[in-house]
This record gives sequence, C-alpha cells and structure tokens, in this order.
Amino acid sequence: MNQLRRTFLKSAGAAGTVAMAVAAGLLKPGQVLAAEWNKNAFEAKNLADAMKGINAAGAAKSADILIKAPEIAENGAVVPVEVTSKIAATTDIAIFVDQNVNPLIADFNFQNGAEGYVSTRIKMAKTSNVTVVVKAGGKSYMTAKEVKVTIGGCGG
Amino acid sequence: MAEPMKIRAQMQGDTADIKVLMNHIMETGLRKDAKTGQLIPAHHIQTINVTVGGKVVLDAQWSGAIAKNPFLGFKVKGAKAGDKVVINWVDNKGDKRTDEAAIS
Repeated sequence: MNQLRRTFLKSAGAAGTVAMAVAAGLLKPGQVLAAEWNKNAFEAKNLADAMKGINAAGAAKSADILIKAPEIAENGAVVPVEVTSKIAATTDIAIFVDQNVNPLIADFNFQNGAEGYVSTRIKMAKTSNVTVVVKAGGKSYMTAKEVKVTIGGCGG
Repeated sequence: MAEPMKIRAQMQGDTADIKVLMNHIMETGLRKDAKTGQLIPAHHIQTINVTVGGKVVLDAQWSGAIAKNPFLGFKVKGAKAGDKVVINWVDNKGDKRTDEAAIS
C-alpha cells in the first residue's frame, strides 16, 4: 500500500477514471477494490442493505461456516468471535451484527494461502444475531448465531 | 503516532498462525460524551493490509464496531519459518502504523 496509489485513488475520484486505469493495466482490479473503504456498506442501517453493499444479497445458507462466539456476552464492548469457513477456496469473510446501528463490522479478503479463518473481537449494542457471509468461487454463503448481550457496547 | 502492534507468528505444521494486537481507541462515532452530551467523533481503523514473504495474504476493512485495541487472528498456509509478516493499518483520520515480525 504505497502513498502514490492512495493519492492516485483520491484524485481519481470518479469510478470511471479508476476503471480506465484498470483497463490500461496501471492497477490490478483486486487492489482497487481493496484500497477503497466500502463507505456505502459500512454506513448501511440494516442487514439487507449492508449485505447488498458487499454484493452478497441473496447469499445461500450454509452449514459449512462455523461461528464461535459466546452464547451470552456479559460485556457487549468486547465479544470474541471466531469464524471458520470449511467452504473450499474461501476468498472473503464478512461479519455483521444484525441489531447494531451499522450492521457491517468487518470484511476480510484472503489471498495467497490465507485460510478461511479469522478471529477478532467485536462490539454489540444489544442481543442480536451475528451473521457471517462467506464468498467462495464467486458465490455467497451465510450463517448466523445469536449472542445475548447483558451490557451494550455502544454508548453508556 | 500510534503505539506499536504486538505480533506473534508461529508455524503449526504447514500453516502459520498469526495473532496481532493493535493499539487503537476504535471510537464508533455513536457514543455521547457523558459531560457535554456531544457525540464523540468516529476514530477507528478502516483498512488493514497484511503481507507474508512479500505477498498480500489479508486485506480487511473495518467499521468502528471492532472492539477497542483490536485483536486479529488468522492463518496462512504455505508460509515458512523466517518469512516476514508485515502488517499495516490506516484509520479514518489518516493515521497509520506499520509493524513487522518474522514467523517462528
């Protein structure tokens, strides 16, 4: 991630310009997608819009995604979540908390041997489903697990 | 300037297990200051990029709903002991931090 590319992306602005740069071979498509923070998806106010924002609307339910999270979280400010995707060639894992003001928490993209596994800690405003969307081979899959929160993590 | 990250990268069979602890306030922008009643502006990490042995393995985008002082764990198949892990993040105010460690 070099400074030049950042500056370029900022100044390019319009998507058309970036597309032209991709066509001209200046940038690889993957890099363009990765460098831009997905503002639309992160600012979406409900799960459906947030999923649309990462092009995962209509994801199929899958039993091959495992979510490891506590049944009851005493403190919503720190909820450990571990996601393992058993789907072959997993390229993306996105984590949502359905009831948060902005449901999309994080979107991870794996390349070059990184496995479909991620472990992190998230904030939950209240009891909610944690929804995970996995992308593999151009298709989207999802699963959800409820986590009960006794003290919310967003606001006092 | 942000505090350094703590990185632990260990081989487990043919897979590198990498754990990172970052130092960041991760303010959502939704909380109110208890004294003034004003919203505390958002200040959180937005993008994270990880390379192992010079190749990008993980590219992530985060909202402010990742817990304060974020923890990130992931696994990379085919990495070797001695490979350099380079992690960098950029937050919504343009602050950035890069740290590296070798896989042991």
